[in-house]
Amino acid sequence: MDKLLDVKNLHVSFDTYGGEVKAVRGVNFDLKKGETLAIVGESGSGKSVTTKALMQLIPKPPGRIKEGEILFEGRDLAKMNEKQMQKIRGKEISMIFQDPMTSLNPTMKVGNQIMEGLIKHQKMNKSQARKRVVELLDLVGIPDPENRMKQYPHQFSGGMRQRVVVAIALACNPKLLIADEPTTALDVTIQAQILELMKDIQKKTDSATIFITHDLGVVANVADRVAVMYAGKIVEIGTVDDIFYNPKHPYTWGLLGSMPSLDSADEELYAIPGSPPDLLDPPKGDAFAARNEYALQIDLEQEPPMFKVSDTHYAATWLLHEHAPDIEPPASIKKRMEGMANTSSESKGERV
Amino acid sequence: MSQEKLLEIKNLKQHFKTGRHSVVKAVDGLNFDIYKGETFGLVGESGCGKSTTGRTIIRLYDATDGEVLFNGENVHGKKNRDQMKKFNREMQMIFQDPYASLNPRMKVEDIIAEGMDIHGLAGSDKERKAKVHELLETVGLNKEHANRYPHEFSGGQRQRIGIARALAVDPSFVIADEPISALDVSIQAQVVNLLKKLQEEKGLTYLFIAHDLSMVKYISDRIGVMYFGKMVELADADDLYNHPIHPYTQSLLSAIPLPDPDYERSRERFTYDPSQHDTSEEPEFREVRPGHWVLCTTKEFEHYKREHGVKN
Repeated sequence: MDKLLDVKNLHVSFDTYGGEVKAVRGVNFDLKKGETLAIVGESGSGKSVTTKALMQLIPKPPGRIKEGEILFEGRDLAKMNEKQMQKIRGKEISMIFQDPMTSLNPTMKVGNQIMEGLIKHQKMNKSQARKRVVELLDLVGIPDPENRMKQYPHQFSGGMRQRVVVAIALACNPKLLIADEPTTALDVTIQAQILELMKDIQKKTDSATIFITHDLGVVANVADRVAVMYAGKIVEIGTVDDIFYNPKHPYTWGLLGSMPSLDSADEELYAIPGSPPDLLDPPKGDAFAARNEYALQIDLEQEPPMFKVSDTHYAATWLLHEHAPDIEPPASIKKRMEGMANTSSESKGERV
Repeated sequence: MSQEKLLEIKNLKQHFKTGRHSVVKAVDGLNFDIYKGETFGLVGESGCGKSTTGRTIIRLYDATDGEVLFNGENVHGKKNRDQMKKFNREMQMIFQDPYASLNPRMKVEDIIAEGMDIHGLAGSDKERKAKVHELLETVGLNKEHANRYPHEFSGGQRQRIGIARALAVDPSFVIADEPISALDVSIQAQVVNLLKKLQEEKGLTYLFIAHDLSMVKYISDRIGVMYFGKMVELADADDLYNHPIHPYTQSLLSAIPLPDPDYERSRERFTYDPSQHDTSEEPEFREVRPGHWVLCTTKEFEHYKREHGVKN
């Protein structure tokens, strides 16, 4: 399959009075057609900034793309000007935001908000656009679309509003859909509906999705591949099975261990101590070292490169180096690995 | 766990007037007990009345009807200042949003000590300071933090300050209203571990309100599920998860995504249809299995007993 998106060595910084905040520090990933990549990490890890940079939605100044390429079907989005970007946004790449309460215009009828993109990008006339709106609302599961399109956002419930946002994002059949915590503000039952809806639509339209979330349950549900971000970098990337059943990076262990499973009750949760580093002045060496009980001396001095675990699975930790000591992952992670029969027990990787 | 009742809630109702003729029945006839030393989890979707229940129990709202008996004494009865003060010392609350629940113009020391000042618990300035430092250390902060303002802290640290404030007056019962919902996953685990540790050390009783079911299951001994102001099911945490009886509970459980891709691929989701119930009869709260209560009609009760009851 050919690559739809290829992000190479992306750096994004914000110039503040306190100095340069390096929010994204060298991110590499690619995305194929029809694939779903989930980006997970704590707040402040740079996951939202990365995806906003893809669409050039970073306010400039103070933000800027310092370095790197964003190749979308071979074109470099990082070098495009505002006018060129406007042709891409909403048409080829569209975005679903976290909060359905604030991402809709309260003074505009829902139908008109969906039509905006259709008229602008698809050059439809009003009656064609209206027809398409009915189709879209039907697709996202809003009953009685002819009447509902004439209503205002406040007449919709939270879940229904998020469906409208999904409909707007899908209006022009984008090749890439970026969903930034689309279900975080919703109840579990509504969340399950929206996730099912998004998966369904993806199957029908064969679009690629980047899914940002901090809920690992949601990741397990939607993702084909997962990228774990910490302090502006991807520390581990692999297929969903690689990450959940054979995690290699201690930060991924921490994330997985801090979620209680439904059958474990009495053991203490594995909590990652401390809090994320200040990106005004990122620490030397591995940014996670200060919170990492498995940190080696070299972690404090030198940044770990990406090590290759398998063809799909990469992690940036010195533990995968051939000279690193063998380390036992925490008990809850070992239990996960046992569940997977064909896990490679290889504890070392190949430097890339 | 002793089976001594700390809190008894009897037919609690909280109705809000929203217009001349419309009333929102946020909480509509709740009955449950909380035993000494246990953690009682309260779950449900937003708008089901779980937070209102917590706030009514601590008398932030005056109940429309019903009783809350704390150590046998009605919280909502007529009380003078002194009685109210005594009660306030026993029951404390931790709020959801660590950004909004701390006064930005007060130093951490004064935030934590406010309750001690009101109740006259610290004899001297020195004693007050020592107590604050001790509390900060209990919740995993250090004493240098006492002279700072809330904006200097991260979300997880602020929630710790909120916990220290609740503990300052030595309460026996703490209501935690979504204490971890606003925090990052890794920080959530820190706060939950802290709450568990404090419970063991001080013998606290918790009412833990949340919508994150996997965390509630982890921390709670018993769980109540609320739907539209009513409790539909109440059982031991394990029993509720292994044998959910009420169709709403089943749908809620089937909607939680778990961090396990294999499970997610084979997941089956139920949707709850409230019209499946027979509305000709007012449903009642009945015990289907020992300690496992479900809101149901007589006919449903017979059915549940056959399906889920203990065979005898």
